[in-house]
Amino acid sequence: MTGQTTRPFGEPVLQARGLRKEYGKGEARVAAVDGVDLDVYRGETVAVMGPSGCGKSTLLHLVGGLDRPSGGEIWLTGERIDAMNERKLARLRASRVGFVFQAFHLMEELTARENIEMAALLAGRSPGEARGRATQLLDQVGLVDRATHLPSALSGGQRQRVAIARALANDPDVVLADEPTGNLDSTATVEVLRVFDQLHYAGLTLVVVTHDERIAATSDRMISMRDGAFVDETRLSGGSTGRLSELVGLEG
Amino acid sequence: MQQEVVLAMLAKEPSQGSQLRARFNDALGPLGEAINAGQIYVTLGRLEKAGLVELDRDSDADRPERKVYTLTTAGHERLAEWLDDITWPKPDLAEFHLKLIAAAAAALADPIAIVDAQRRELLRRLRDAQRAAMAEADGSPGALLLEGIVLRLQADLRWLEACERSWTSRKGTP
Repeated sequence: MTGQTTRPFGEPVLQARGLRKEYGKGEARVAAVDGVDLDVYRGETVAVMGPSGCGKSTLLHLVGGLDRPSGGEIWLTGERIDAMNERKLARLRASRVGFVFQAFHLMEELTARENIEMAALLAGRSPGEARGRATQLLDQVGLVDRATHLPSALSGGQRQRVAIARALANDPDVVLADEPTGNLDSTATVEVLRVFDQLHYAGLTLVVVTHDERIAATSDRMISMRDGAFVDETRLSGGSTGRLSELVGLEG
Repeated sequence: MQQEVVLAMLAKEPSQGSQLRARFNDALGPLGEAINAGQIYVTLGRLEKAGLVELDRDSDADRPERKVYTLTTAGHERLAEWLDDITWPKPDLAEFHLKLIAAAAAALADPIAIVDAQRRELLRRLRDAQRAAMAEADGSPGALLLEGIVLRLQADLRWLEACERSWTSRKGTP
C-alpha cells in the first residue's frame, strides 16, 4: 500500500566493508569500486544513484556474487561470501539472491510461467513446488492472465514484472536490481514501481542501482555514488511534504 | 485562481459552483484538493462583474450555492483567446542559480550544501507526486497531470546534479 513506509527495519541482510574492485595493472589500474561500506537492513529499499561509470553496477555485481572483489568483505545474513568457493557461491546466487536487469534477461522460448518455474527448479525445488510458487508470484505481480505468454508477446512493463517474479522464485534474502526501469516508458515504469511498492510492504529487501529519480524518490534511502565511492546519503522514509496540492500551481 | 480556468470548466454547460468543483476534481484527481469552493465562488463573482459570465434566469439569486452560471458572448471570446494562447509556465531557475553564485562569491555558504538541501526537498516532492501517481488508475486525468509534475521534478533534479558537478569542480580553483 502506498505511503506505508515508516516502520523499523530488521537486522542487516547485506553488508560490505572496505569493498574494492580494481581493473588493469600498474599505472593503468583503476578502481571501479573504491572502499565502499554498505549496510542494507531487512525490509529496506535502498537506491544507489550516480552517473554512468561511477561503479554502481560493479558494486551490485560484487554484493550479488556475480563478480569477485579485489579487496574488502561481503556478508549476506551474517555469512561471509567474498571468499566463498565458486560452487557454493553459485548455489547461493541461485537461491538467496534475486537479480533484476535492465534488459529483463528472460528466456525467450519459455512462457512467463516457465521462466519463473525454471528459477525455482534450478535452485533444487520440486516441479510441484516450482509450479505452486510460480502461480503465487504471477498473482503477486498481476500477470495471472499472461502466464502462458512468451516474453515476445508481453509489453516491456510486463516482461520486467515477470523478471521480478523470477527473482523472487526462491524467497531470496535480497533482490538486486540494475536499472530496472532503464528500458521502460513512463507508464511501464509506474507498473514496476507499483510492484516494488507492494513487495516492499510485504517485507522485501531491495537494492536498486538506477539513474531514475522516481525509483530513488520512492526508496527508503538513497545513496549517491561518484568515482567508485559513496558521497551522500538521503533518508526518505516518511519524508512527505504534505503539500501535494502546491505542486499543481492553481492555488492563490 | 486564474479566471480562465473557471471559465473553461463552465464552458460545457450552465452550471452551479458545486458542479464546477466536481469537474475540477475529476480533471485534477488527488490534486483537486488545491481548489476550494470559496475560490470558485470568488472567481465566479469576478467573472460576473467583468461580464464574462451571467446568472441563469431561473437561478435562485438568494442562495449562492443554487446560482447557475453561464458564459456570456464576451466569456466565449475570452475562452477562445485563452485556448489559442501559447504561454507556458516559466521555470524560475535564475533565482536559485544566483543564490549559488552569491553564496560562493561572498563566502556566505557552501553552494554544494545548498544544492544538497534543495535536492532533498525536491526528492520529497517527487516522492509525494510519484506515490500519488501510483495510486491513480492508469489513463485517468489525474494520473496524466501527475506524470507531468513527476517529469518536471525529474528535470529539476537533473539540473541540480549538473549544479553539484559544476560547483564541485570549481571548489578546487580560486
